[in-house]
Amino acid sequence: MTQTLETTGNYAEDFEALDAVRAVVAPKWLTSLRRRSIAAFTEAGLPTRRHEEWRYTPIPRVVETPFKLAGYGVSATPHLHDVIDYTFGDLKAHQLVFIDGKFAPTLSTILPLPSGVRIGSLAELLQEDPLAVEGKLGGIAEVDGLAFPALNTAFFHDGAYVLLPKNAVVDEPIHILYLSSGGAEAAVTYPRTLVVAGESSQAMVVESFAGSSGELYFTNAVTEFYIAANANIEHNKLTREGAQAQHIATTQIDIERSATFTSHNITLGGLLVRNNFNAHLGGEGIVCTLNGLYMGRDKQLVDNHTFIDHAQPHCESHEIYKGILDGQSRGVFNGKIMVRPDAQKTDAKQTNKTLLLSKEATIDTKPQLEIFADDVRCTHGATVGQSDEEAIFYLRTRGIGEADARSLMVYAFAADIVNRITIEPVRRRLDEALFTEGALQGIAR
Amino acid sequence: MLTIKNLHARVEEKEILRGIDLQVNPGEVHAIMGPNGSGKSTLAGVLAGRDSYEVTDGTVTFNGADLLDLGPEERAREGVFLAFQYPVEIPGVNNTYFLKAALNAIRKHRGEDELDAMEFLKLVRQKLKILHIDQSLLNRPVNEGFSGGEKKRNEIFQMAVLDPKLAILDETDSGLDIDALKSVADGVNALRTPDRAVVVVTHYQRLLNYIVPDFVHVLAKGRIIKSGGKELALELEERGYDWLLEGAEPVGAR
Repeated sequence: MTQTLETTGNYAEDFEALDAVRAVVAPKWLTSLRRRSIAAFTEAGLPTRRHEEWRYTPIPRVVETPFKLAGYGVSATPHLHDVIDYTFGDLKAHQLVFIDGKFAPTLSTILPLPSGVRIGSLAELLQEDPLAVEGKLGGIAEVDGLAFPALNTAFFHDGAYVLLPKNAVVDEPIHILYLSSGGAEAAVTYPRTLVVAGESSQAMVVESFAGSSGELYFTNAVTEFYIAANANIEHNKLTREGAQAQHIATTQIDIERSATFTSHNITLGGLLVRNNFNAHLGGEGIVCTLNGLYMGRDKQLVDNHTFIDHAQPHCESHEIYKGILDGQSRGVFNGKIMVRPDAQKTDAKQTNKTLLLSKEATIDTKPQLEIFADDVRCTHGATVGQSDEEAIFYLRTRGIGEADARSLMVYAFAADIVNRITIEPVRRRLDEALFTEGALQGIAR
Repeated sequence: MLTIKNLHARVEEKEILRGIDLQVNPGEVHAIMGPNGSGKSTLAGVLAGRDSYEVTDGTVTFNGADLLDLGPEERAREGVFLAFQYPVEIPGVNNTYFLKAALNAIRKHRGEDELDAMEFLKLVRQKLKILHIDQSLLNRPVNEGFSGGEKKRNEIFQMAVLDPKLAILDETDSGLDIDALKSVADGVNALRTPDRAVVVVTHYQRLLNYIVPDFVHVLAKGRIIKSGGKELALELEERGYDWLLEGAEPVGAR
């Protein structure tokens, strides 16, 4: 049927060609995972607005553009000055840089690591020691019925892995930077990140997705987090893609007993940015925090879908998503919280606040609570509004001019999320970025 | 310094101020008292430039300038300070950052050099010391999570840093326990100078035991119906407002 042809593009043909080459060297489990994924994609097809999950998010440029795999042709030699804007100044960090989907060792730094901790390029690991990630890679990121995770799993070439054995503590943040250089031909990359945190381990992971190009390109990313019992992981995702970029990403998090997972999902750039954060709370005593900040201007569309699945008792989840939308930008927030029958004493709190700076900016916000246990506390709230006029008056009575008072209020609204990030240089860099890339652009500091 | 003549103001269709006359000179402390709904807070709001009030008649001049013609920030830069009855919480804005921006806007207007971070911190520490306020106040977001007393003390602290010519305290005493009240009053007294005038708007005479005014005015139904010295406040405490309100309806009032 023509319908089917239209909604699956050339992906299947591209896959055939690639598979013939890859299957020769790849471990069998990976080849079979990839084949299963392309089959799942073909079955599902690219989503349209008839899909409930995509109702408010049209993706014509993703569907209609015949993207070419990036990073397989002749690639320019990457230089430090290309990535410097996306790093964190004097931050002492492990840093893995990927340019157009390929690991760039000359731009990457791995500081001395505690015993047993492994960090590096997935493509290299899959050549040298695929056993290290067998069963984990693709283990929790569902592909059935989900076109984009299916495509990522079928096509991904490289990405980052972080393997933390039991009790390992990595003091320095681990920064994973996926940079797209863009080009005349619309390119697609499939960044893939795998973090396996062993029992009682601790680390901070920063994932950056960036592009300086004004050309159309597509980033289809999947990140998997395995957080074992009592581990403590902070995750910061910073999306600063190019002006025409399409970014669709899934972050799948599996959390075990008494572990703590904290995420800050910050979106500043990209024409279309769609995030899916899915956290499965599979043990007792878990604390899961999913926070987010989205800043849109011009015709940007930022869609955050989160799903927190409380499967066991005595867990907490905290969620604050804040947005600042200017111009004709659009925001979507869909926050689903499931409390399963066994998950008594669940404490779940969700808030979505959006500041609309122009008459044409819009937000669709939808809390979705499904509660099947009776002894729980679940709260949610959503507010949409303009700046607090009483606060602006207060600032003006102290001598601060009206325009400055307004920009200070907008800044403060965003800073509430940024200030929760514990890595100081990351916070500082975000502060700067808020003024140069986000909705505060053009407003005097 | 401040001259109010025949000031009329309304909120939407309701006339609240119905002909206020008041003269405030440098160094003076004026108390404006009155029952609920008499127009006390409206007067404070009109002087600070709150735009929900519409001035329908009268004039307000401040050191020769037409105050009503200035925006709130311009009034602040000219030296008018309003301590809010309900100080606004501003999450995410650091108290120090906010005050530095405010002070430098005022200094710029006066043709003075802006203070850098070090100079500013030095000034601020000195003011904290005078007011016996803990330094931790500096690093908190403006008024966020402050107790009632802390908010009011933060207002007085801002006043100390911004160094206004005219300070208007709008019910700064309301809701405070006696210790907080004393501490706020001590702060105001520490800032009394021969050049600075203070207008204290209050519902309760109690504050005036600690901030002793030169003049007391009774505001009722939008007009000043009686003025006197500090002894008038004591009389009000003893007798209430009713004896003044009888026959207070101005001639020709609707």
